[in-house]
Amino acid sequence: MASLAPTTPWTEGAKDDYRGCPVTTLKVDMHTERLIIANAVMAVVTLALGGIAALLIALTRWQAIHLLPAVWFYRLLTLHGIDMLIAWIVFFEMAGLHFGSTILLNARHAAPKLAWTGFIMMTVGGLMANAVVLFDPNSNVMFSAYVPMKAHPLFYLSYILFAVGALITVITFFINIVTAKREGRFTGSLPLVVFGLMTAAILATYTLLEGAAAIVPAFFWSLGILAEYDPGIYRNFFWGFGHPAQQVNLAAMVSIWYALAQMTVGIRPVNEKFSRLAFILYLFFINLGSAHHLLVDPGLSFAWKAVNTSYAMYLAVLGSMMHAFSIPAALEIALRAKGYRKGLFGWLRNAPWGEPGFSALVLSMFLFGWIGGVTGVTIGTEQINMLVHNTLRLPGHFHATVVSGTTLAFMGFTYYVIPLIFRKELKLKSWAKWQPYIFGFGMLLTSMGMIVSGLQGVARRNWDITFAGVVPGTVEISLAVFGVGAILAVIGGIMYVTIVLTSILTGPRLEASNLLLLTGTHNPIIDSTKLTDHQMEDKQNQPKGALVLVFAFLVWFAIYYFTNWWLLGRTWFIR
Amino acid sequence: MLAPEKNWWKPMGRMEKSWLTVAFVWCVFLTVMMPLWYFYGKQNVPTETYKTSPADYGAKVNAFVEQYTIGTDEATGFPIVAAPPGSDVYIRASTWQWYPILQLEKGQEYRLHISSMDLQHGFSLQPVNINLQVIPGYDYVATITPTSAGEFTIVCNEYCFVGHHTMVGKVFVTEEK
Repeated sequence: MASLAPTTPWTEGAKDDYRGCPVTTLKVDMHTERLIIANAVMAVVTLALGGIAALLIALTRWQAIHLLPAVWFYRLLTLHGIDMLIAWIVFFEMAGLHFGSTILLNARHAAPKLAWTGFIMMTVGGLMANAVVLFDPNSNVMFSAYVPMKAHPLFYLSYILFAVGALITVITFFINIVTAKREGRFTGSLPLVVFGLMTAAILATYTLLEGAAAIVPAFFWSLGILAEYDPGIYRNFFWGFGHPAQQVNLAAMVSIWYALAQMTVGIRPVNEKFSRLAFILYLFFINLGSAHHLLVDPGLSFAWKAVNTSYAMYLAVLGSMMHAFSIPAALEIALRAKGYRKGLFGWLRNAPWGEPGFSALVLSMFLFGWIGGVTGVTIGTEQINMLVHNTLRLPGHFHATVVSGTTLAFMGFTYYVIPLIFRKELKLKSWAKWQPYIFGFGMLLTSMGMIVSGLQGVARRNWDITFAGVVPGTVEISLAVFGVGAILAVIGGIMYVTIVLTSILTGPRLEASNLLLLTGTHNPIIDSTKLTDHQMEDKQNQPKGALVLVFAFLVWFAIYYFTNWWLLGRTWFIR
Repeated sequence: MLAPEKNWWKPMGRMEKSWLTVAFVWCVFLTVMMPLWYFYGKQNVPTETYKTSPADYGAKVNAFVEQYTIGTDEATGFPIVAAPPGSDVYIRASTWQWYPILQLEKGQEYRLHISSMDLQHGFSLQPVNINLQVIPGYDYVATITPTSAGEFTIVCNEYCFVGHHTMVGKVFVTEEK
C-alpha cells in the first residue's frame, strides 16, 4: 500500500487542505473527509441502537416467544422507528451529500463550519429523542406521534433539532455545488450520481420544511401554548414530511446504485438522458405520495386521494421503472463487453457475486423492486388500501423498500468508504462477502412474514393480537417466519457493525491501493472510461437479458396487483 | 460518478423506448383502474364526513343505544343494538373500547358512523379485513352492506397508547330474514 499522501494547499493562500486519492485520483477535501467520518459513525451507532430494538420487538411479535412486556414493546418500537427511519438513514445520507458535493466534483467543502453545526444539531436531536423515549413514560407515541396523543415537549424538540440540523447540511450541499461551479472545479453537467443526490437534496428541503409545519405546532401544543391541534391537519402535514422523507431515501439509494454499479462492474450509463429524466420524474411527482397514508381518512374526496396517491399518473413509479431497466442494462452491457456474451444471462452468471458492493446492489434492487415496489404501488391504490391500512402488510412493504433496499445498498457502499475515506484496511473480508446475503435473505423473510400476516388481518404496532381472538392459526406460522427473518437480519446487522468497527478502530491508517475489495485488482471506474460508444452499441452487447428481467417483473407486478382487486371484491359492500 | 460527455442529450435506444412505452401504458392502466372501480366496484372508500365534537358524538351514540338496544352482551356487559335496515348506526371509539355492539342483518344496507372520543383509533373489521382511520372531531360515515353472517371483531389498528392491544369490539350479523 502507498504511504500517506501529502496534503497540499487547495488554492494559494487558502486554509483548506486536500489529499489526492491514489485509487480514484480524485481530490479529497480534509473537511469533507472528517464530516463523512463523523456522519458515518453516527449512522452506524444509531443503526446498532435501532437494531437492538429490532431484535427485541421482533421476538415479541413472534407470538410463540412474546418476549417483552407491553409498555417496553411500544417504547422500543418508537425507538426503532426513530433510530432507523430517521437517524441511521439521514446520517448516512448527509455523509453522501458531503461526498457528492465535493469529492465527486474535485471540489472543496465551502462551508465546513455550517456543516459541523448541522451535524452537532442532528447528533443532539437524535440522542435526545432516544433518551426521551426511554425515560419519559408518556413519550412512547411511535415515530408518527399522532396528535392528540401527547409526548413530552422535549420529544418534539428533538425532532426539530434533528430536522434543522439536516436542513443546514442540505444547504451546505447546495453551497458546495455552486462554489465548485464558480471556481471551475468541474465543467459541463454534474455526474449522474451527483445529479441523483441533488434530486434527494431538493426533495429533502421541502420534506424538512413540511416536517417543521407538522412538528413545530405540536411542540407548542405540548407546552400548552397552542390550545388545539386538529389531528386531521397534523396527519396531512406529518405525512407531507414522513412520506417524502422516504423518497429522499429512494433518490439517494438509486444514486448509490449507480455508484456501486460503476465501482464494482464499471458501467457506463446507457443513456444519460433516460436516467436523468427518471430522477426528474421523482422531483416533480413523488411528493404527492404523502396521500398514501391518508387513503382511508375521513374528510378527503375520492378525486383528491386518487390523483395524489397515483403521483398524478404513476409518473414517479415510471421513474423507478426506468431505473429498474437502466441499471441492469448498464450492468449487462459492461459485462457483455468483457466477453460474457453466452445466452441471455451468461453475463449474470459471470458477475462478481463475491464482491459485497455488487451483491448488495443486486439484492437491494431485487428486494426493493419485486417486493417493496410492487406491494407499495398496490397498497397505494385508493380502494385496495382499505384491505391494508395499518395491518402488518404496511411495515412488510416498507421493510422491503427502506431496509432491504436502502439500508442494504448503504451497507454495501460502506465497505468502500472504509478504505477510501477512513483510510483503513477493511477487516473481516470474508464476513463482508457473506453479509449482504445474510441480511438480504433475513429481510426477505421478515417482509414476507409481515405481508402474509397482514393479509390475514394482523394489525401493525400491536403487542398481542391474540386478544382479538380472530386470527387464524396460519398467522402463527407467518409471524414465526417474520421472527426467524428478523433474527437472520439482525445477525447480518451485527456482522456489518462488527466489520465497520473492527476496521476503523484497529490497524494503522493506510492509503487504499485497490478499489475492489475481494474480486480482483483492476479498477472498474477506470474500466468504465474505456467503454467505447462502439462497445455500447455493439449488437452482441445489447441488454436482452435485462429486458427479459423487467418484463418478468411486470408480469409479477400484474399478478400481485390483480390478486388484490380480487380480494377486495370478496369483502363487504362499502361506499 | 464521472462527468458525462459534453452533449449527453442523445436519442434513446430501441430497448429503452420499448420499455418506456410499456411501463407508461401500465402506469396509465393503474391510474384508470381507480375511477373504473369507483363507478363499477362495490367496495369503495367512504368519503362522507361531518365535523363533530366528542360531546356531540357521545350524545348521538347514547340516543342511538337507548332507542335500539335489544339485549346485553354477557362477556362485556355492553348493550347489543339492532337498528332497522337502512338506518344510521353508531360506533364510538375510546381508549380502549368499541361501544356498543351492533347487530346487523346480512344483505341490508346501513349508514355506519364512526368517531373517536379521545385519541386516533383504527377501525379494523375482522376477518373481512376492512380498515378505516378514526379521528376525533370527525364523524366518518361508511355505507355498508354485510355480505356474510356471523360474529365479527373490531380490532383497533391505530396505536392508542399502552392498552391499545386490548381494544377489541364485536359486530353480529344475522342471516337474511
